[in-house]
Amino acid sequence: MKYLLPLFLFIALAIFLAIGLKLNPREIPSPLIDKPAPAFNLPILATPEQRLSQADFKGKVWLLNVWASWCVSCREEHPLLIELAKQNKVLLVGLNYKDEAQAANAWLSKHGNPYNVSVMDADGRTGIDYGVYGVPETFVIDKRGVVRYKHTGPVQPGDLEKIFLPWIQQLEAENV
Amino acid sequence: MKFLYAVILSLLVYQARADIEYRDFKQPEQEQAYQTLISELRCLVCQNQTIADSNADLAKDLRRQVYEMLQQGKSRQYIVDFMTDRYGDFVMYKPALKLKTMLLWLGPVLFLVIGLATVWVLRSKTAVIDEPLSKEQQAKLDSILDKGDDA
Repeated sequence: MKYLLPLFLFIALAIFLAIGLKLNPREIPSPLIDKPAPAFNLPILATPEQRLSQADFKGKVWLLNVWASWCVSCREEHPLLIELAKQNKVLLVGLNYKDEAQAANAWLSKHGNPYNVSVMDADGRTGIDYGVYGVPETFVIDKRGVVRYKHTGPVQPGDLEKIFLPWIQQLEAENV
Repeated sequence: MKFLYAVILSLLVYQARADIEYRDFKQPEQEQAYQTLISELRCLVCQNQTIADSNADLAKDLRRQVYEMLQQGKSRQYIVDFMTDRYGDFVMYKPALKLKTMLLWLGPVLFLVIGLATVWVLRSKTAVIDEPLSKEQQAKLDSILDKGDDA
């Protein structure tokens, strides 16, 4: 008994530390989940004289993907977004975050454009409203315009099948 | 000696700050509020720095945001709410005391209580009972002491 107690304490500590190792400290729970997507009214990247707001997507399930031409890990997830766009199952909106239109357009023509439309958040204010801290980030927004899921960091292989497509399917089935 | 000087000097170095932007304030209280707020908000890109300490782009943007809101006459509470609505409680180095953050605040006290309780239990278990020796024990002790070390 005298020796068992320290052993148990050690095992308990080891379990907590092991859990701690597995947690991702960069993954911060978003307070936006189940709240209306923050409002924006931003110029369209391809046609800057036109503007779009979050209200324009009412009644549709859409993904808001935060990206930038300077963002290295955006390149990592890009092929997956292209793949998603090919399936044509969801409206994919790009939030071009703190970028220059010229660089952003060049990046899209070089790597391919998976977005139905991209809007420009040149000074990052919309990014702040969405609590963006690590580009790329992807928000899943339902037909009522409510944020249902947030993905921080690049979309990884397998995430489409495991996370995004099930969300899209579920939200498409919801009645407004 | 040189080494000692180096150590002492390095201890005198104040934490580096990155908020180098020039900010114009109408009232000194506003500047005070600004300084306090930016040293209480966490930079989420570089998680162990405040937005006052960090050079990250996001930290610059958040400093600008805090400054603008203060210029608009927003209260400290408004700005704290603005930040936590977007980034969660994690953005505050000193999170608000609420049910969700209770463990964070009361954890240290809890551990202190557990520690004190452990010490108390262990002490009361091993406490020596101060009873006089019986006659036989005393006799045995005397004989051992008489023999001394060469026994």
